Formats: sequence, structure tokens, C-alpha cells
Amino acid sequence: MGGSGSRLSKELLAEYQDLTFLTKQEILLSVYVVLAPHLVDDEQQARSGNEHTGRPIAENTDSSPLSTRAHRRFCELLPQEQRSVESSLRAQVPFEQILSLPELKANPFKERICRVFSTSPAKDSLSFEDFLDLLSVFSDTATPDIKSHYAFRIFDFDDDGTLNREDLSRLVNCLTGEGEDTRLSASEMKQLIDNILEESDIDRDGTINLSEFQHVISRSPDFASSFKIVL
Amino acid sequence: MPRCHILGCPVLSPAELTSSRNHLGRLISHGRGHFPGPEAVGTRTVHFPAPAGDRLGRRSSSKRALKAEGTPGRRGAQRSQKERAGGSPSPGSPRRKQTGRRRHREELGEQERGKAACEGRRKRDERASFKEQTAAPKKEKEIPRKEKSKRQKKPRSSSLASSASGGESLSEEELARILEQVEEKKKLIATMRSKPWPMAKKLTELREAQEFVEKYEGALGKGKGKRLYAYKMLMAKKWVKFKRDFDNFKTQCIPWEMKIKDIESHFGSSVASYFIFLRWMYGVNLVLFGLIFGLVIIPEVLMGMPYGSIPRKTVPRAEEEKAMDFSVLWDFEGYVKYSALFYGYYNNQRTIGWLRYRLPMAYFMVGVSVFGYSLIIVIRSMASNTQGSTGEGESDNFTFSFKMFTSWDYLIGNSETADNKYASITTSFKESIVDEQESNKEENIHLTRFLRVLANFLIICCLCGSGYLIYFVVKRSQQFSKMQNVSWYERNEVEIVMSLLGMFCPPLFETIAALENYHPRTGLKWQLGRIFALFLGNLYTFLLALMDDVHLKLANEETIKNITHWTLFNYYNSSGWNESVPRPPLHPADVPRGSCWETAVGIEFMRLTVSDMLVTYITILLGDFLRACFVRFMNYCWCWDLEAGFPSYAEFDISGNVLGLIFNQGMIWMGSFYAPGLVGINVLRLLTSMYFQCWAVMSSNVPHERVFKASRSNNFYMGLLLLVLFLSLLPVAYTIMSLPPSFDCGPFSGKNRMYDVLQETIENDFPTFLGKIFAFLANPGLIIPAILLMFLAIYYLNSVSKSLSRANAQLRKKIQVLREVEKSHKSVKGKATARDSEDTPKSSSKNATQLQLTKEETTPPSASQSQAMDKKAQGPGTSNSASRTTLPASGHLPISRPPGIGPDSGHAPSQTHPWRSASGKSAQRPPH
Repeated sequence: MGGSGSRLSKELLAEYQDLTFLTKQEILLSVYVVLAPHLVDDEQQARSGNEHTGRPIAENTDSSPLSTRAHRRFCELLPQEQRSVESSLRAQVPFEQILSLPELKANPFKERICRVFSTSPAKDSLSFEDFLDLLSVFSDTATPDIKSHYAFRIFDFDDDGTLNREDLSRLVNCLTGEGEDTRLSASEMKQLIDNILEESDIDRDGTINLSEFQHVISRSPDFASSFKIVL
Repeated sequence: MPRCHILGCPVLSPAELTSSRNHLGRLISHGRGHFPGPEAVGTRTVHFPAPAGDRLGRRSSSKRALKAEGTPGRRGAQRSQKERAGGSPSPGSPRRKQTGRRRHREELGEQERGKAACEGRRKRDERASFKEQTAAPKKEKEIPRKEKSKRQKKPRSSSLASSASGGESLSEEELARILEQVEEKKKLIATMRSKPWPMAKKLTELREAQEFVEKYEGALGKGKGKRLYAYKMLMAKKWVKFKRDFDNFKTQCIPWEMKIKDIESHFGSSVASYFIFLRWMYGVNLVLFGLIFGLVIIPEVLMGMPYGSIPRKTVPRAEEEKAMDFSVLWDFEGYVKYSALFYGYYNNQRTIGWLRYRLPMAYFMVGVSVFGYSLIIVIRSMASNTQGSTGEGESDNFTFSFKMFTSWDYLIGNSETADNKYASITTSFKESIVDEQESNKEENIHLTRFLRVLANFLIICCLCGSGYLIYFVVKRSQQFSKMQNVSWYERNEVEIVMSLLGMFCPPLFETIAALENYHPRTGLKWQLGRIFALFLGNLYTFLLALMDDVHLKLANEETIKNITHWTLFNYYNSSGWNESVPRPPLHPADVPRGSCWETAVGIEFMRLTVSDMLVTYITILLGDFLRACFVRFMNYCWCWDLEAGFPSYAEFDISGNVLGLIFNQGMIWMGSFYAPGLVGINVLRLLTSMYFQCWAVMSSNVPHERVFKASRSNNFYMGLLLLVLFLSLLPVAYTIMSLPPSFDCGPFSGKNRMYDVLQETIENDFPTFLGKIFAFLANPGLIIPAILLMFLAIYYLNSVSKSLSRANAQLRKKIQVLREVEKSHKSVKGKATARDSEDTPKSSSKNATQLQLTKEETTPPSASQSQAMDKKAQGPGTSNSASRTTLPASGHLPISRPPGIGPDSGHAPSQTHPWRSASGKSAQRPPH
């Protein structure tokens, strides 16, 4: 359907479908979200406040005009030599733009998520493929394994492969928000982290590693259902 | 060249011989196309003297060679080089002789042309074959040759195949290896998406794997099966593509997906779970609607007797002038009452129309299958919900960890909801800390107890009061129904009172529950249970009162029956017996008839459903929308902050809405037997309430202060639904089994019981032996043992599941013990003792299995992480030994790589290798 109109070639689309847990519509939608920020901005204005109308995309079940539009729109923004799809897909989108997506705006882990999925050397931008990876992991159908793997990496603030006390306290601070009234006191924090280590740190080395983390997560009844982001 | 054809040179056509050894690859594929395996070679020796067959085969093989050209070229070259280096094959093989003889004939043709195109190895072959030819007499060869070849094929197949035909085909073993590799690649392609690699890496891996598969897939397949194999592969590809397209299509077909996702992002998953439940209910109702409309209503409308033909299908004379008034229609009286929407309209004719459709039978079966389908679908979705949550019992082991790692709902996209979520997470952290610190602290337990008892007493009073009120109102309505010209309120009193009770009691309960001071989650459960009891009590009081009414009508029926008979008798007799022409039959509208109790019940349910729907909508409009408008706009000119203060915006009442939906469905189940049109009304209701409630929740509700997650409540809803389904099955089953149907309306009129229609069909429409079988099946002597057997099966399965869970618990305990042991080992020996790898491998390999127990397939770490892990792994000596023990397991791949396949395919396994070793490392990494 979207193939003929869209400049995202059919083969690439098929490969993306093979490699992610996303459907064709979702991939095309993310093309639209990442590569055509102007449209997203318009839409955000449209749905400001409680006057919420369904997204234009939601109604548009046949996605071909959409993706064509998105691509055309994006290609207008690009200089002449970058018009090919391949290069446009390789373009890097800075974090600010990703973070302003409504789906991520309220998430306390948004910077971490972007950082974990970024493949650029400076870790300050996401390519389209990184974004697809992100959506794939957070999609409905992704396996709990890959979800918990990435959750571990998101919670691992210092990227050292284990969750130590520092990581855990930063995690607690993320979860309790920025407000002064909701912040835990130092003693509460210590108590909380002690309890968590007591429960999850099976080998008692003072940190939680990936397998311990996944051990805990696999027992959780509602991790997989809440570790989701939907465009 | 033509001569060669005639001679049937099967292996190397001169044209190919003339081309140099660069084209050997083509020869391989050519040969393999022709004689792919040793079996084929064996048969060829038999067919040798027949050139025609060979020619045919060669033609097709050359076609195939064209097709396969290019892909295995390099590989073939590689192979032949290796064979040349690999020394001469054994000359004693029978096939050798055979080829030798053939070569001898070829030789003649080739030498004539004088081309020196033959390779060295081939010459060697020929020389050897010459020798053999002289040594072995030709006569002996014919028969034992076959046998010997068969015997020797298996153990030496590779050398045979490679030596005899000059690389004409791959051996079975190699084929198997390639097949294995291809399968592995395919598996890799299939599981690629669940690997935590960046997309660029996945893309390159995928492309390579696909290339590999495409290259070697064609080379697989055996002999005649090759074409089939290729076809199968093609179909498999098409199938995958089709499945993907179909999946895409399916996701497009899910209705209201985006609406629900929006709600999810604004209100969290708990509110969305209501809408998902509503959508599921809509789907179920659509199926029921299709069942009832397709099998009952449409056949009746199309083929049944038309309106006005018989008394039961005609509005009585007394009601005629008012039958079209809207107020009458709105109450489902008048023309609506005498339509296919209700039970009474159906005729008891055994078959209708030219299809000879057995409508009474169909009516009965549809009534049964509505319940059957609902039961199956509810139980199925319950089972599929429970499958995911196996670790339910352990949740108290990880309270803090779960709160920490899984409490954030990533779907929240609204900052307001997020703030609420922060607050609730903080509270829950603090609560659990306080719980942990002073779990035995209890302040003034007597007061709390007293308050709780008081609250429960009050609520029981409320429940009793509401039950009595409904009973009273239903009784009163029976009196009203006997009177003429009652007002609108008096006619609809029952529905109004029930709806009002449903509207005002839950908030009352909530106020009372504030006395109890329970934990919010416990409080929610209590609240749900109480509302459930209220609804259930109301429903059953209503049913009992209705049943009284039905019995009253049944008692009157006999007299009405007599009156009808008498009227008809008088009518036909009064005309006088001297008239030759019989009088036209009495107009159906004038025939006196009984009060069809089934239709009356159907109408009650219909009215209840409609008034319920209206009350829900009005509540939403007034309670939510107008309140929101008021708060929003009057806030500019009010003395206090309306938004933050007293009225505020409404929260979405999940428990009330869910329970309302469930009880509404219960009424549909109960009523659909007596009012087939009820399901149609319900489908409309669900459809409108989907849109209406979506709009209302987005426009006028605020997220819950206490945002809680829904995953566990899903099955709770289903459990309630199942309970309600069972409870609504009871009265219907009772009426079907033990009440006589009305004598002059409905498909079962004239029968003693409704289920008699089954017996009638079995007796009249099935052959007699089937009737006997059914009679035998219905025999208590068979049914009781069957029930006993079922009980035994349940008992057995129950005990099996118990023992399995016990085994599970024991395994878990074992794992814990192993952990302890391993820990103590480590602490005793320390890091320095790297040498004693006698028992550490054991323990670490145990660790490995134990880790794999918790997680079937360990996902390989990312680059940075694996580096960190490498560092870790080099630390203590135990980890080294652990990785050593696992090497054989992960190292089977390089060994199994086909030796004949050179660098061309060699890079493929080497690429899978890093992943394997990485995953091995992560799997075997000992915990620190």
C-alpha cells in the first residue's frame, strides 16, 4: 500500500519489519514523527488542552499519502544533495526534538532512553533507525527479555553494567519527581535501597547485575504491560 | 558435440569441458542438478546405456545450471582446488569403474577433437579407470556393482562424490551441513528482532544472512525433490510475506486503537483497561448479534408468515389505535411488541419457507449457543490472561524491587498524570518503608474495629433496603399493569428506581467506606465487592418479582385458553350450519389471547437496558460534563478555587463503569432468549457509549489521584463477568427446563416444555438409530458415570498442577541453596585461588543453568556492557574456568562448518561467532 507512494523503499520497509516488533503503519508513522517535525508541531497545537481530536494519522488508515507527505515535507527541509531516502534516514535528530514528543515529554527517564538508544558517537542525537529501535523495544509485542534488557540499561545511569547504590538513588529520584515535597529524605532513601538490595541482590555484591535484574523483572506481573510507549 | 550427446555423456558436456576450470562451479551445480546424491548416481549406472534419458536430463540440468549460475561459482572453484590437493580418491570404488568405462567412450570423442581442456585430475581419473577396466572383466560388473555401490556409498560418500564426478555434486553430509547452516541463518533472521543490537548492525546482519540463505537455499534439495524444495521455499517466503501483510491488516482492523491509546497516555493504563474491556465486550456482542440475527430473526422475517396472518403476529383490536404512538412504542408495546424482536412473534410451525428451515429448533439452539459461546470466550480470555502471570505467588518477595523497577507507567504522556504518578510512587515508597519499619504498630485498634463493623452494618442495611425497595416497586408495578391509563412514571417506576439506586448507592458506599480507613487498594476491593452485591441483589430481587408475575400469568393461562377456544367455537358455530360456504376465519386481531409471559419478560429486560443506558448517559452529561463546564467557567468569578477546591473535576469511575458494563451484559444474556432483538440494542448501546465515554473522559475528567495499574484487574473483570454469566444462566435455564411455554405465542407454543423441541427433532428428522443413541446418551446410567469421570479428571489434573507447582517451589529453593553455597565458596577461597578449577566449573556451570532458568535465552549485552563484563570475567579465576566449560557447547558451530565451503561462506559463521561467544559469556558470567 504505502510502497508505491512512499520513498521508503519496499525492501527497506520489509527489512525494518523483520527487525523490529513494529507493523508497517507504525514504521511509517515513526518516519513521519521523526522526519517531519513540523507536522508534529502543528498537531501538538491542535491537541493542546483537553480539546483532543484523534490524530490525523489515526483516521488515515491507508498510510501511503501520509508517508509521501511526510517524506516530501522532510525532503523540502533538506539541502539538494541530501534528497535521497538513504541519506535522509541517516540524518541525526537532536535529543531536544525527540524529547519534545508528547509520548516522552512526561517520562522521567527520557534522557536516559535517548542516551541508551543513541548510536552517534557523541550520544546527543538519534538517527531514524535508532528511533525505530526505541519504538520496537517499547512496542506491545516486544519480548519481555529485550524489554528488561533495555530497562536495565536505562536504569544503569553510569553505564557500567551494574546497578549500584548511586544508580538506585538516582532512579528513586527520577521516580519521585523533582518536587521538594515528594523527595525522600536521606534516611528513607538509605532504607529503601537497603531493602531493594536485600531482595534483588542475590549474590550480595552490593550491586544488581543484569541477570539479577531480569530475575526480578520476570516475576513482575505488570512490567511488560507498562514498559510501553505508543506513538 | 552431437556425438557426445548420443553417447550420453552425463557429466561433462564438451561445451563445458572447453570452458576452463573457472566454470567448474557451474559444473557442480549442473551435476548436482542432475545427480545430486549418491542414490542418483547409483541409478544412473543402471540407466547408463540409455542415451535418450540422459539427454533429457541434461537439458533440464543445463537450464538449472543457468539459473544457479554465478551463485556457487566461487565455492565450486574452491572445492575443486581442495580436491586436487586432497590426494587421489580410492580407485577401488565401483562407481569409479563405471565412470571409467564411460569416460573411455567419451575419450574417443574428445581425443578426436583434440582439445586439451581436460584437467589434470580428470586425466588422473581416466588413467585409473583405464587400469580398472583392463583388470576387471565387464561381465562381472553388471550386478554386484549396484550392490557394492549401495554398500559403500554411506561411509565414503563424500570422497566418492567428490572424486568420481569431478565436483559434480555435494555429498549428503555437506548438504546436511549447509542445510543446518541455512536453518540457523533462518532462525537468526527470525529472532533478529529480539536482539539488543543497534539497527545498523541488525540490518547488515540481516542482509548477510538473507544473502547466505538465498545463495545456498537453491543448492539444497535432493534429486527430484529439488524443484519441490525450491517451490516449498518460495511458498514459505510468500507465506511469511502474507502473514506479515495479514498482521498489518489485522492491526489496522482493530477499532478505536488510537482513541484508547490517547486515553492510555492521559489517564494511565487503568482507565484504558475499561475501554479495552468495553471494546472486547463489543466484539463478543457482535458475534452474538450475528448469531441471533443470522439464524433467527432474518429467517423469520424472510420466510416466516407475514405480520397480521395469525393472532400472535397481530396487534390486538383493543390496542390498535394507539399501537403506533411514540409513547407506546417507546415502552416496547404496540407494533414493537408484535414484531420479530420478541419471543411471542415466532410461530410454532416446525419448518418455514422453501428451505424448510426448522425455526423452533434454530431458536432453541441459538439460545443455548449464546451461552455456550459466551462461556467459552470468557474462559478462554481468562486462561490466556493467567498464562502470562506465573510468578504471582512470589510478588511479596520483591515488593520494593517491583515498586522501584516497574512502577513507572511508560504510557503516561500527560504531565498532570505524571505528577500524580510521582506523588503516588512517593507515597507508596514511604508507606512501604513505614510498614517495614514498624509493622507491628497499631493505634487504637478498638476504634478502627468498631468503625469497620459499623460501616459494614450500614452497608448491609443499605443493601437490604434497596432490595426491599425494588421488590416493593415491582409488586406495585404488577398492580399498575392491571389498571388502565396509568401515568408514565407509574409504568416506568421499576426501571427508574433501579437506575437511581445504581446511581446513588455507590457514592454512598464510598462515603461509608471512608469510616473504615482501609488501605486504598483494599478499599477498592471492598467497594467493588459491595457494588457487586448491590447490583446482584437488585437484579435478583427484580427477577424474583418477575417470576412471581410469570407464575401469576401462567395460572391465568388456563382460563384464557378456554375463553379462546370458546370464542372460536362460538364464532364458527354462530354462522349457522345451513350455510354451504364456510365463514371467513375470524380476523386475527379479534382473537382473545393469553398474556404471553415470555414476551413480558423480554420487554422488561429491554426497558431495563434502555433506561440503564439513558441513565448512564445522563449521569455522564450532568455529573461529569456540566460539572466540568461549571468548574471551568465559574472559576473566574467564584470566591474559592473551584478547580482545586470542593467540586473540582470528576475522576473516571472505573469500578462503577466496569460493574455497570458487566451487569448490563448479564441482563443481555438473561433477556436475549425472550427478546432476540435485545442484543442488537446492546450493540448499539456499546457503540455509542464507546464514542460518548471516550469523548467524556477526554473532555471532562481528570486523571486519578491514585493512578494504579490495570494488568492485574483484567482477570478480575473477567472473573466477575464469568460469575454474572453463570448467575444469569440460572434463571434462563430454570424457565426453559421447568416452566411450560405459553400456549398461543412463541416458537414452542403447544409443547409441554421448551426443550421438547429437541426431542421432536430427533424423533422426526433423524434416523431412528440416532434417536436411540441419543436416548441412550440421555440415560442417567451413562450421565452419572460421565460426571464422575469428569470429577476424577478434575481431581487428577488438580493434583498434577499442585505437584508441578511444588516441584517448582523446590527448584526455586534449590537455586537459592546453590547461590548460598556458591557465595560461601567465593568468600572462602577469594579471588586469588584461580587454580582450583575442580569444583568451580561445576558450581559456575550450575550458575549458568540457574541463570538460564530464570531467563531462557540470555540476551547478549551491548558493546559497552560486554566490555564491562569482559573486565569482570577476567577478574576472578572462576569465571575463566566457567567460560572454558562452556566452550564446547558454543563451539560446535565452527566444527560443524562444512569443510568444502571456503571463505565465501566461511565469513558467515565467523560472523555469527562473536554473537555466540558474547551470548555465551553473558550466559555463563558468574554472578558477583
